Amino acid sequence: MLSKRIIPCLDVREGRTTKGIRFKNNVDIGNPVEMASFYYEAGADELVFYDITASHEKRNIMIDVVRRVAETIFIPFSVGGGIRDVNDMRNVLLAGAEKVSVNSAAVKNHEIISQGAEIFGSQCIVLGMDVKYVGESVKIPSGYEIVINGGRKYMGIDALKWAVEAQKLGAGEICLNSIDADGTQDGYDLKLTSLISKNVSIPVIASGGAGKPEHLCEVLTKGKADAALIASMVHYGTYTVSKIKKYLDSCGIKVRKSW
Amino acid sequence: MIAIIDYDAGNLASVERAVSYLGFKCIVTNNIKTIDSSERIIFPGVGAAGAAMDSLKRLGLDSVIKQAVIDGKPILGICLGTQIIMEYSEENETPCLKIINGFVKAFPPDIKSKDGSRLKIPHMGWNGLENIKKHPVLSDLHEEDEFYFVHGYYPYPTDSEHILATTDYGISFASVIGFNNIIATQFHPEKSGRPGLSLLKNFCLWE
Repeated sequence: MLSKRIIPCLDVREGRTTKGIRFKNNVDIGNPVEMASFYYEAGADELVFYDITASHEKRNIMIDVVRRVAETIFIPFSVGGGIRDVNDMRNVLLAGAEKVSVNSAAVKNHEIISQGAEIFGSQCIVLGMDVKYVGESVKIPSGYEIVINGGRKYMGIDALKWAVEAQKLGAGEICLNSIDADGTQDGYDLKLTSLISKNVSIPVIASGGAGKPEHLCEVLTKGKADAALIASMVHYGTYTVSKIKKYLDSCGIKVRKSW
Repeated sequence: MIAIIDYDAGNLASVERAVSYLGFKCIVTNNIKTIDSSERIIFPGVGAAGAAMDSLKRLGLDSVIKQAVIDGKPILGICLGTQIIMEYSEENETPCLKIINGFVKAFPPDIKSKDGSRLKIPHMGWNGLENIKKHPVLSDLHEEDEFYFVHGYYPYPTDSEHILATTDYGISFASVIGFNNIIATQFHPEKSGRPGLSLLKNFCLWE
């Protein structure tokens, strides 16, 4: 039977891994290639890299990081952040990423999903969604609104509607990030995750809020997530991927135990 | 030299990187002479069966692969490469290479796990192998080893002799198939960590 995936997430700015809380106050926490190698050896099932480099001129630094990661680890990894068109997608895929994740650009231009899926295949295209709870309304029936540009711009789009639409356009997977939970280590947004996961047929990766193994257990069962993204809880050495997997295994969740 | 066949079906660099990492010489190529003179062949691929068969025919690679099977050259199929060696694929209703008897089926849309929960399609992520037959390429596997899969279709060989291992995803499907000098995996050994690399290494040394 398919295992639930545990996916460390690395935010990379100008070639260095950083970590912030609710998208702010980022601090340097290490070399992304060394961290990728560490998590690979520790049993991570996949990795996610977000390029949060602000300056467009310095974006080629990330391509070099991707290339070095691809030479070092032999598990899938995705790269997102600042992907604006099919050309940006091609660059990270050719550098060795298995998947590319689109977020703001896809909200502004839906066709980037269908174009990417047609050229590279749906399995390559991950839709990244940054979502904030704003209360249920006529415009936002689910109560969850899409926010772009790193959590700054509210789009007036319902998260559930967008997820279903993106699947139709050809997204192969959804990485669902709760801005309310991001960096808090208080647990994933279970309601949001199960709402989206139940209504799409593609896998959903839960993101934002992981602080202890119990949180992963909850989101992979009650939250109906297919995979769970983790950051702070492993970046600072509080937990290891292997320890988290041992805990999930003891809860009866199927995880990959041999690597 | 190992020829990794390039037929415009996805990014083949990850296979090349894994084989090079293991210390074997390889080349990504669609050149018929290069493939003919290679010691062994890796036939990877990601994408749709219809477009893949069109490319193979256009590049004249369909007959090269069939000849390599007859010549007894070791061949490893991966993912779409594994499906293309069957007779026929339901995907785009595509006649394929007919190297292994049987066809390629889509996972049923209402597929469920044993506990009754709905399973998502494509089958994406890590899964194990069952009913593993004795084979030099599969010799180093441990019981709990898992491999990385991404696919919505699966091979269905009509001769059970050709099924070398199965995987459970709502249904039990053939995840490793082969006979004589050909072995093919539905999963991606190049993305499957230690067990995947060990399988690739065994293939590169297989006589």
